[in-house]
Amino acid sequence: MKIQLFEQEIKPWQEIEIYQQQLAHLNGKYGAISVFVGVMRDFNQDDSVESMYLEHYPGMTEKQLHKIVERAEQQWSLLDTLILHRFGKLLPDDTIVVVANWAAHRGDAIDACRFIIEELKHHAPFWKKEILNSGQQRWLDKNSCGYQLK
Amino acid sequence: MPWFINMSIKVLYFASLKETIGRSADQLQAEESFTPRKIWQRLNPDLAMPDTILTAVNMEYVSPDSEVKDGDELAFFPPVTGG
Repeated sequence: MKIQLFEQEIKPWQEIEIYQQQLAHLNGKYGAISVFVGVMRDFNQDDSVESMYLEHYPGMTEKQLHKIVERAEQQWSLLDTLILHRFGKLLPDDTIVVVANWAAHRGDAIDACRFIIEELKHHAPFWKKEILNSGQQRWLDKNSCGYQLK
Repeated sequence: MPWFINMSIKVLYFASLKETIGRSADQLQAEESFTPRKIWQRLNPDLAMPDTILTAVNMEYVSPDSEVKDGDELAFFPPVTGG
């Protein structure tokens, strides 16, 4: 398991490839890799967004992310998990978060990946402040539930 | 514990709550039995504790009515919005 926070740009596919090279002991064991990449939009709630500031609680963030992965490991059969998350100033198109799961079977990899990102959205202590093109700044008040049907 | 050991509770505020209060941290002498709710009332007497507030002690989520002890790190923050 690897959990890492970045103040600088995350290159998701490069990071996943580098991490997977360290998983040589799992070669032949995993049959599925599920990846979620969250990216910053340039709009939200009908407004144009210029940039974003992501605050976090150092220490507690990492601790809660570890606990989320442990809960996922109790529910699904996982071989390894990677979580990367940005903090500080972000611009549109920047990668905010990466969740990747390696498992023998796709059901475990996909369902655990979905679980981890939803749990992260509701329990990892991060807070987004949007800086709009209009100059207005606003804190987002809550995350929506990703499981809601459209 | 000997009476002369003077410990305290470290209190942290994050995000919009930090801006509303105008402080990122407080230090409180633990002279009595405390809960996050009591500590909020003591440190922010003119501001009602928001209904949506989240509280953590030593980086674990707790109820606003749980016990806070000497040496603990208490944090108040709004609903989280990462990912």
